[in-house]
Amino acid sequence: MAYILLRHRDIENLHKLDVYREHGGYEALQKAIDEYTPAEVIDIVKASQLRGRGGAGFPTGLKWSFIPKGPGEKYITINSDESEMGTFKDRELLEYNPHQVIEGALIAAYAVGAPQIYNYMRGEFMDIGYHFEEAILECYAAGLLGENILGSDFSCDMSAYYGAGAYICGEETALLNSLMGELGQPWAKPPFPAIEGLYFKPTVVNNTETLANVPPIITNGAEWYTSMGTEKSKGPKIVCLSGHINKPGNYEIVMGMTFRELLFSGEYGGGIPNGKEFKGLLPSGGSGPVITADALDAPISYEGLDVYGSVMGSASVVVMDETVDMVWAAMKMEHFFKHESCGKCTPCREGTYWMDQLLHRIYEGEGTLQDLDVLKSVANRIGGRTLCALGDFAINPVLGTVRHFSNEYEAKIKK
Amino acid sequence: MNDDLVKLTIDGIEVDVPKGTLVVDAAKKIHVDIPVFCYHPKLEPVGMCRMCLVEIGLPMRDRGTGELLLDDDGSPKLNFGRGLQTGCTVRVSEGMVVRTTTEPVKEVREDVISFLLSSHPLDCPICDKGGECPLQNLTMEYGPGVSQMDYSLKMHNEKQVPLGDLIYLDRERCIQCARCIRFQEEIVDDPVIQFHNRGRALEIVTMSEPGFDSYWSGNTTDICPVGALTSSDFRFGARPWELTPVPSLSPHSPAGANIVMSTRREAKSGGRSVIKRIVPRQNEWVNEIWISDRDRFVHHFADAPDRLQKPLIRKNGELTEVSWDEALDLVAEKLQAHSTAVAGLSGDRLSNEDLYAFQHLFRRGLGSNNLDLANRRLAGGDVTAQVGLASGSNLQDLGAGDAILVVASDLHEEEPIWWLRVKQASERGATLVVLNLRPTRLDKYADYVFRYAPGEAIVTVRQLVNAAKVETDTAVDQLTAAADTLIKANNLVAFYGYEGLTYTETDTLAKLLANLLLLKNEDKAHAGQINSGLIPVWPHNNSQGAWDMGIHPALAAGYQPVEASGMDAATIYEAVHNGGLKALYVMGADPVGDGRMPNRGQLDFLVVQELFLTETAKLADVVLPAQSWAEREGTFTSGERRVQRYYQAISPLGECRPDWQIAAQIGERLDMGKPAFAASLLFRDLAKVVPQYKGMDYRSLAKVAEQWPLVGGDDVYYGGTSYKNEAGLGQQWAAAAETDEVGLFEVADGDTAVTTNLPLVRIAALYTPGTLINHTPMLADRLAAPTLHLYADDAQIIGLQDGGETVIQVNGRSLSVQVCVNGHAPAGLALLSGVPWFPGMAEFEIL
Ligand SMILES: Cc1cc2nc3c(=O)[nH]c(=O)nc-3n(C[C@H](O)[C@H](O)[C@H](O)COP(=O)(O)O)c2cc1C
Ligand code: SF4
Ligand code: SF4
Ligand code: FES
Repeated sequence: MAYILLRHRDIENLHKLDVYREHGGYEALQKAIDEYTPAEVIDIVKASQLRGRGGAGFPTGLKWSFIPKGPGEKYITINSDESEMGTFKDRELLEYNPHQVIEGALIAAYAVGAPQIYNYMRGEFMDIGYHFEEAILECYAAGLLGENILGSDFSCDMSAYYGAGAYICGEETALLNSLMGELGQPWAKPPFPAIEGLYFKPTVVNNTETLANVPPIITNGAEWYTSMGTEKSKGPKIVCLSGHINKPGNYEIVMGMTFRELLFSGEYGGGIPNGKEFKGLLPSGGSGPVITADALDAPISYEGLDVYGSVMGSASVVVMDETVDMVWAAMKMEHFFKHESCGKCTPCREGTYWMDQLLHRIYEGEGTLQDLDVLKSVANRIGGRTLCALGDFAINPVLGTVRHFSNEYEAKIKK
Repeated sequence: MNDDLVKLTIDGIEVDVPKGTLVVDAAKKIHVDIPVFCYHPKLEPVGMCRMCLVEIGLPMRDRGTGELLLDDDGSPKLNFGRGLQTGCTVRVSEGMVVRTTTEPVKEVREDVISFLLSSHPLDCPICDKGGECPLQNLTMEYGPGVSQMDYSLKMHNEKQVPLGDLIYLDRERCIQCARCIRFQEEIVDDPVIQFHNRGRALEIVTMSEPGFDSYWSGNTTDICPVGALTSSDFRFGARPWELTPVPSLSPHSPAGANIVMSTRREAKSGGRSVIKRIVPRQNEWVNEIWISDRDRFVHHFADAPDRLQKPLIRKNGELTEVSWDEALDLVAEKLQAHSTAVAGLSGDRLSNEDLYAFQHLFRRGLGSNNLDLANRRLAGGDVTAQVGLASGSNLQDLGAGDAILVVASDLHEEEPIWWLRVKQASERGATLVVLNLRPTRLDKYADYVFRYAPGEAIVTVRQLVNAAKVETDTAVDQLTAAADTLIKANNLVAFYGYEGLTYTETDTLAKLLANLLLLKNEDKAHAGQINSGLIPVWPHNNSQGAWDMGIHPALAAGYQPVEASGMDAATIYEAVHNGGLKALYVMGADPVGDGRMPNRGQLDFLVVQELFLTETAKLADVVLPAQSWAEREGTFTSGERRVQRYYQAISPLGECRPDWQIAAQIGERLDMGKPAFAASLLFRDLAKVVPQYKGMDYRSLAKVAEQWPLVGGDDVYYGGTSYKNEAGLGQQWAAAAETDEVGLFEVADGDTAVTTNLPLVRIAALYTPGTLINHTPMLADRLAAPTLHLYADDAQIIGLQDGGETVIQVNGRSLSVQVCVNGHAPAGLALLSGVPWFPGMAEFEIL
């Protein structure tokens, strides 16, 4: 199958504007401007059933339609914070296929009438970001950014911004705060960014990969797009595969492929190294609960993991073989969340610290049965009560491993 | 039905509240307490602490028709969403149902408390907040009762972190609610503290030099819901339950800030009750629930060891302690003996009762109108009596469509409370017009800023007023545009001060502004209307009262003109010098120290009534020790003409007596009859004489009304240590324009000519050194050092450099000053801060 997103793997030097244009680049933008009104573009994206690739899977067209119509200060913000454990898809797009992201963002800007786009990248992307900024400059030189894009009435600017290294700044409101130079903490929604976002103006925040899906949708139409995928999850998806796997890396799949195929097919993961047994996998990095062998036939899709009590999220699949100590894994992940909690709300700030302390104690063999009970109860007391979703993510390392591997915890309890 | 009201049900109780009300506030109004930590009704909600999570249901509607969906029993079907919602961020809507007592709600409260306590040091036994701590109280009410956090897992943190000299932070106790940060940012626009780091390491840091550099820092200790922020004034000073809260007024605030003095009897003070701290008292018409750090910390003078405690008479050249009778007899005898050549000078910090008794003694007892304020700065009390801010006004009501004019004053340095109220009005949409010689902190919020050249204040204001007289559709310039906005505003409040002006000039200024207020737009003048009128930015807490009580050579109490005017202050100083006066009685003022009176001249007799042995007192024949405001009760009248009561807080020191009593006891010796038994009775007498105070008495001044936000409940979470006002909101007296036709004022011509290339103007600083503030040790490092501010070119011409030091000669005195060239001073004008006030523009010389 030909790549839709990772097209640079087929086409050399796709990051260069002329190469990108030789291969149909910016024709989708041209088409959108020439043939469709902004409202029609939103309708097409709605009809494509494209859902956000940042994790939450919110329908992209619907999100754009919330932006108030008419002129005024509005913003498109590309979320390239990509800080979830085991996620490395956006960086590949930014580095090797940047124009598809820019084109997607421009179509979004045209659709909602935003004169300004920001790309918010995690600070560690400095180097990748410089390449991306070169792509922006190329666009300015070619009249694809700035005044009267492609000779039309549509004008739009774009600039890049780098975070300072915080997972929470991937959360959309924390991202916007950070972009405004404020402390990188989320705000309580409402107000939603679509109504009051950057500088209190209507703002679309979309994941990098989400936007990369937009040009092919405009070029090929919504029907083409909905022909791929499952009932509730359409189109291609980049899966980041890592951990105990023979061929780690990014894979572009069509949604609906099973985890089994992803892991064991020679075209993809190629199986577990050294003949070890599969033990479990994290479908969504650290923020979704672990799943075990019984879920291997679940389709990779937004809805496919519901019955297994987990989520696809951003599809950062971390594979763990039989040698992995699940208490250790939970401890490592919880340490991450404790470290990354922004501290704004009580349950997450205090709870991640508390869980981290308890996990260390249990892992070191000093924990009591009561510690284990408290651990579970702390996790349960955070869920659903925090200001942003990080708190909900932060309990999954504990709840997931406790659900499937409680025996490993009990084995460590001090006798 | 009122369209602006929304009906909802909270715990089964139906309630109508204004649109936009937050669920927590709606509940509070019907006395359903939804516990909060981060929420504060004066701050924007942030939803951080999660304590206020409740069940919120909304009526469901058919997607197609929009009709309400009904349950089988006919009641609307409700959608309670996926979980609990924060009552502090959700606004009410029609038909909303809120449940605050269900199991899930109880559980989450218990859990949030457990989480907060999991890293709290629980050092309540040594914590200043213990006893009035929202965390403590809410833990008792909603907490789990047992601890699950193993103590050994607890995170420990720094405990005594000075955020500057005034405020200390205990990082272990902080619950990261951001109230302090938000107060500094949203309310007072001094964003000098912020969160640093993240997660459990999130901590408050200060980013200013000196640390926590804000005139408002103390308020954060009131609203901090734990003992994380404490003031260096009070920390470890007493336990809250040992304190007696006494309602009072700030002795520094011309806006009339309401305070509570927390007092305690102390062995180390010989069993006297002393002031342990000062906190705000709610008065939404005056200071809301905030006070400036000057109001909070400058009280140590009252308990100072160098206070005068016994009457003194000069014997053989030495001031010697004597009995009251001996001193009073002598004063009475001397004043009477010199009654044709006697004068009285008073300060304007004293109570109405004191001032009334003082002028009564002079007018009735001695038949003299030689009466004035020793250090009078600002004229126009009589003008204010005509067109002052109308009674019933509240600056909090000013907003879009209204206008505020501020002339010749630096409100931030002179009266931070007015600065705050004006700033907030401008943020609510009021048009702010600022006229001054130089930039001030108010400019930032102003829609129009006019900078007049030295000697052109009056000319400029006159231009503004003239422009307002002309009906324009297209404004030719900024001044006309501003004038047009002012005249067309729904409400117009005009503040005027005295920066760089002479007393005469301020009189002209007051009248010009009065005429602006009297101008009619569509047949209606602003003067006399609620939320409009003139406010003099008085130098002291009771300058208004001094005018009202008749400390004036030509106006007796109640602004009644006297038959023959007496000498004003300037003439009195002249006469002291040239022998025209023989006896002088100075009450609560230090003309020698202030540089008004170089020495006792040709006086035969000088009596000084004071707290301290001031420069003037040192030259006196008799020194009479007065009680400070904290030792007795009385009333002050604010610049908004609100007459307010304060109460006795501490035991009188030594043999000190109230000023009014001393004056009356002198009067008694002049056959004026017995002194009143109490300040309240004296007030009743004066209210009979002063028409503006008619009908007021201590009881009417003590009336209260319900105020929002509700503070002072057991929960302490709304007001923190700001006290509920149970002792009186005071009464504003009516300006003449409210009831009578007031004619335009005749205005004299122009400004005083400037005689020098580089005139020198004294500018205000909140912490200008002086007898009272110098007694507050913790402010020592923040006192404004004498500083000469120069424009860069001017500095170059006279050969001074930024950061240098020099000695200047001004008004016959030499002064060493620091030189500051950083943009405060405009070209052609030198500014001097940190020194006692002097009028108008001075010449200076570098020595
Ligand atoms: C703690 C946290 C971290 C997040 N990190 C990212 C991220 O790195 N990249 C991203 O695209 N979305 C991230 N999100 C999701 C964003 O909040 C937001 O939903 C997303 O950017 C929306 O874009 P989409 O609709 O295109 O998916 C994160 C959310 C949370 C709560
Ligand atoms: S859930 Fe965690 S990351 Fe999100 S606001 Fe609360 S403390 Fe910050
Ligand atoms: S110091 Fe007090 S007010 Fe400030 S964040 Fe901490 S607990 Fe809240
Ligand atoms: S979250 Fe509502 S009071 Fe803190």
